[in-house]
Amino acid sequence: MLQVRRYYTLSEVQEDLQAGVITLPNLVEHYLQRIDEYAELNAFIEVFAGDVREKAIEIQQKIRNGTAGRLAGMVIGLKDIIAYKDHKVSVCSRILENYCSIYSSTVVERILAEDAIIIGRLNCDEFAMGGSNENSCYGPVKNFADYTKVAGGSSGGSAVAVQAGLCLAALGTDTGGSVRQPAAFCGVVGVKPTYGRVSRHGIIAYASSFDQVGPITNSVEDAALLLEIIAGPDEYDSTAAQQLVPSYSALLHTSGSKKIAYLTEVLNADGLDPEVQELTEHAIQKLREEGHTVEPVSFPYLEYVVPTYYILTMAEASSNLARYDGVHYGYRSPGAHGLESTYKQSRSEGFGPEVKRRIMLGTFVLSAGYYDAYYGKAQKVRQLIRRKTEEILAEYDFILMPTTPTPAFGIGEKTDDPVVMYLADIFTVQASLAGIPAISIPAGNNSKGLPLGLQLLGKRFGEGELLAFSKYMLDTVKSDHYIQQ
Amino acid sequence: MKLDNATIDKIAHLARLNVADSERENLLKDMNNILNFMEKLNELDTTGVEPLIYLTDSVNVCREDVVNKEITVEEALRNAPLHDEHYFKVAKVIHKQ
Repeated sequence: MLQVRRYYTLSEVQEDLQAGVITLPNLVEHYLQRIDEYAELNAFIEVFAGDVREKAIEIQQKIRNGTAGRLAGMVIGLKDIIAYKDHKVSVCSRILENYCSIYSSTVVERILAEDAIIIGRLNCDEFAMGGSNENSCYGPVKNFADYTKVAGGSSGGSAVAVQAGLCLAALGTDTGGSVRQPAAFCGVVGVKPTYGRVSRHGIIAYASSFDQVGPITNSVEDAALLLEIIAGPDEYDSTAAQQLVPSYSALLHTSGSKKIAYLTEVLNADGLDPEVQELTEHAIQKLREEGHTVEPVSFPYLEYVVPTYYILTMAEASSNLARYDGVHYGYRSPGAHGLESTYKQSRSEGFGPEVKRRIMLGTFVLSAGYYDAYYGKAQKVRQLIRRKTEEILAEYDFILMPTTPTPAFGIGEKTDDPVVMYLADIFTVQASLAGIPAISIPAGNNSKGLPLGLQLLGKRFGEGELLAFSKYMLDTVKSDHYIQQ
Repeated sequence: MKLDNATIDKIAHLARLNVADSERENLLKDMNNILNFMEKLNELDTTGVEPLIYLTDSVNVCREDVVNKEITVEEALRNAPLHDEHYFKVAKVIHKQ
């Protein structure tokens, strides 16, 4: 078989396809072989091998005829939360283990229309609840940089698949950091769009006022192209914003000096890894040298973002997950007798411990007598957090911070205490609560060879500027002193 | 707030979950820790703050109400654990006196 090199952008792939250096069937075989070779990573839970071979021949013909779509040559994986007609989707939960989609999500329709090839389903935390991909019924995903470390979560399989070159790109979902955090842990690019930028139709719901689909890629160019294709109004999701989608991929140049804020509380946060801190300070200094204004700003709500996020998402989850009843679809306990025990036993056996814990807490914070004290309170604090964040972004173009307080931690290291695990989300949930776009870009490796990510937060619907500046940062500011690539 | 066993049982029933005796102690401990952590929000004065409920500015985005029939009965039943040609099946709900 023809040797296929490692590709980092779609344009490289398309160039070689045009020049006849490779064919799409070659490329697909290359990825299938690599998925097999690195099965131990546990990134893929299903590979659509038959499908992709057929598709490769079909799209190769289109390329010859000059009728191929803009994603021709892109071999992409889907987080196991995104519906694709006639294919299984389980959110890595026993309760949906054999569920087969009866329709496709809008994002899948859109990438297929542009001739992307969907190669398989990627591991994630059960119902996207987790920050380490350790809550999956298929077991944890290993970080390609160090097999003893977590991939991050919840889109851990998606990030590792891109990191290890098992596919060119992936679509994940981000509720409180589930695209950005694993992207940071794996040294790849991950984007969480503005709330409402991308349709949620066909995305298995976790917390509906937070969930957004986002691309995970090796390059900002590919993230921009994917986002431009999946974003936009959708008649199946009335929360999908009506605003026109700019051609992000054509607008990747940035010019002039920018105003960037960094949060003093972030750099003084407890548990901030010294190398992560050093990396952030280095980026700040580099940006200043490049002529940008980078200033400290106080964000007094930092220590409140995680509790606010968990109250709201658990409440929304308890309501969204009420649909799993052992009747309409999914797992039904063989031991159930009678209707109520069908519900209770199917749910108790079908959901994993973290999902049950969140449903229980969500039910509690919404229950009579406690609603105002927890849920209502958190909605008010969310207002304060959004207001303050937008106030900062009215004065600055972007907010810069590390994506995560530490590099990828060890598998099993934080599973004993849920609060410790939740606190790992401290830098990613602010953008989720405020509904603004944010991106994690690879910023080099630490002294142990583990990837670190820097995060930029932008204005609502400011994905264009955010992506352009991220590309600029990757090209010019990337912390040379850590790079070992 | 400190949850007790009676509250756990009440919440579990509302959520249609069973709590096994073997899980109870850990669940109680974790839930109390998490609630304790959430109560940090009480430090903030939110008097007069409007709760943030909707994240988008869109109001009543409507489309034409057209019947599309995108999913057949057969497809809708395909993933049901127990069904016949037309219906989902559950255990008997009404019993003879």
